[in-house]
Amino acid sequence: MKEFLFLYRRDVNNIPKGSPEEMQKETKRWMDWMGGIAAQNKLVDRGNRLEHAGKVLKSISLITDGPYTETKESVGGYSIVKADTIEEACEMAKGCPVFSIGGTVEVREISGM
Amino acid sequence: MNEEKLIPHLFRTEYRKIVAVLCKSFGMEHIETAEDIASDTFLQAAETWGIKGLPENPAAWLYTVAKNKAKNHLKRDKILSKKIIPQIKYYSTLTEEAEIDLSEANIRDSQLQMMFAVCHPAIAAEAQIALALRVLCGFGIDEIASAFLTNKETINKRLFRAKEKLRSENIAVEMPSAMEISDRLDMVLRTLYLLYNEGYYTSQSEKVLRKELCYEAMRLTFLLTENEQTNLPQVNALFALMSFHASRFDARTDENGNLILYDEQDETLWDKSLIQQGEYFLQQSSQGSRLSKYHLEAGIAYWHTRKEDTKEKWENILQLYNQLLMLEYSPVIALNRTYALSKANSIDEAITEAEKLQLTESHLYHTLLGELYKDKDVHKALSHFSSALKLAKTQEDKKLIQQKTQRLIC
Repeated sequence: MKEFLFLYRRDVNNIPKGSPEEMQKETKRWMDWMGGIAAQNKLVDRGNRLEHAGKVLKSISLITDGPYTETKESVGGYSIVKADTIEEACEMAKGCPVFSIGGTVEVREISGM
Repeated sequence: MNEEKLIPHLFRTEYRKIVAVLCKSFGMEHIETAEDIASDTFLQAAETWGIKGLPENPAAWLYTVAKNKAKNHLKRDKILSKKIIPQIKYYSTLTEEAEIDLSEANIRDSQLQMMFAVCHPAIAAEAQIALALRVLCGFGIDEIASAFLTNKETINKRLFRAKEKLRSENIAVEMPSAMEISDRLDMVLRTLYLLYNEGYYTSQSEKVLRKELCYEAMRLTFLLTENEQTNLPQVNALFALMSFHASRFDARTDENGNLILYDEQDETLWDKSLIQQGEYFLQQSSQGSRLSKYHLEAGIAYWHTRKEDTKEKWENILQLYNQLLMLEYSPVIALNRTYALSKANSIDEAITEAEKLQLTESHLYHTLLGELYKDKDVHKALSHFSSALKLAKTQEDKKLIQQKTQRLIC
């Protein structure tokens, strides 16, 4: 089996600020989705969420606030799964709750050393 | 207690204490000598008490005899003495004249240290359990064999190999260093957890024995909560988990030893004091930042102590299962999680998820799908139950699946 990185991207300016109940529902959707992948023994690393703010080093001397100053969508988190093919990995990614807020999942094979 | 029952009872409670203290004094490489002395002590008790009647304090009598035997052994057997005495001097200042310390405190410390020695990573898991049952719980070889559903020879071989390891790896009866304690404790907890499950889930061996396995695992876990160094959140969580499960021990089998499923259990038979004990230790476990699998499993077991089928209950159980799977995959947990999904979300969603699991060789997988389909598609449900029946290995499992099939047809 190969390992694949899921990169979750969404427009940070467009994240709905829901009530605590809605936020809890959102968390549940992520947990249920990821629990489903884990139940197939295909979750390698649940990964992490990333804070909104960050810096981008464009060179040693040029540091900008970022990372979303230039692209509208920024990476909000990542996970690692395992699958036989990239098609299978994409099939798994279809259940990702990020789509409900107009986000995307980038699926990338992790190349072995 | 009459005399006939007293000796086996004392054997169960005192044998392990004598062995632990002697192993600590002699060194783990002389575990067989320690066991021989302990066994001889009981043999002498059986003979002497039969003729002279019971001593006033049988346990104290045993300790005195064991002490004397240990001292005589050191004096008498010159070849062994040469091997043991330098070791003893190395570990403590004990000499031939010195006391073998059978005080309550030393018994407790020795047993705790023995747990770490027995659950040493160099020893295979199966052998650890057998060794734990023998030297930490004082079980007979035939009892261990029937607990494992195997014969005495196999157990003897397992114990022999484990003791070889104790010798060759030079495993000491001592507390691991502060650096090592967390990793070593994980091993101890894993063994205690397996020991408990052996008792709880091995449905074929007799009920009394199974219950005793569970209680022994609980006793040893409790011992860990009493020591400052080992009284860690994950230990409390494991103890809570064991308490919650134990609360249903009498409700989960009928008088013929048949398994009664959770839904059909008479909850008035659930032991309230064990549930409260579990709640207390679960509370105690909620410290620190590490969420162990025992925390999650204890949480699931806690929600199962509430019989009422609420949305809240199943939602909590589902989330705990989700987390548990992210921590560590197991097919059984994946199936249980899917069942929780059917209760918390919907049966349709659970069916879709179940079919992704690809556990088609497991009778539990087909039993689950049969359950999920039973109100949706009777034909599919029956076909899954029939696949389950073909795959089931134990009579117990077959009986349960047949019951489910019967109910669906009627």
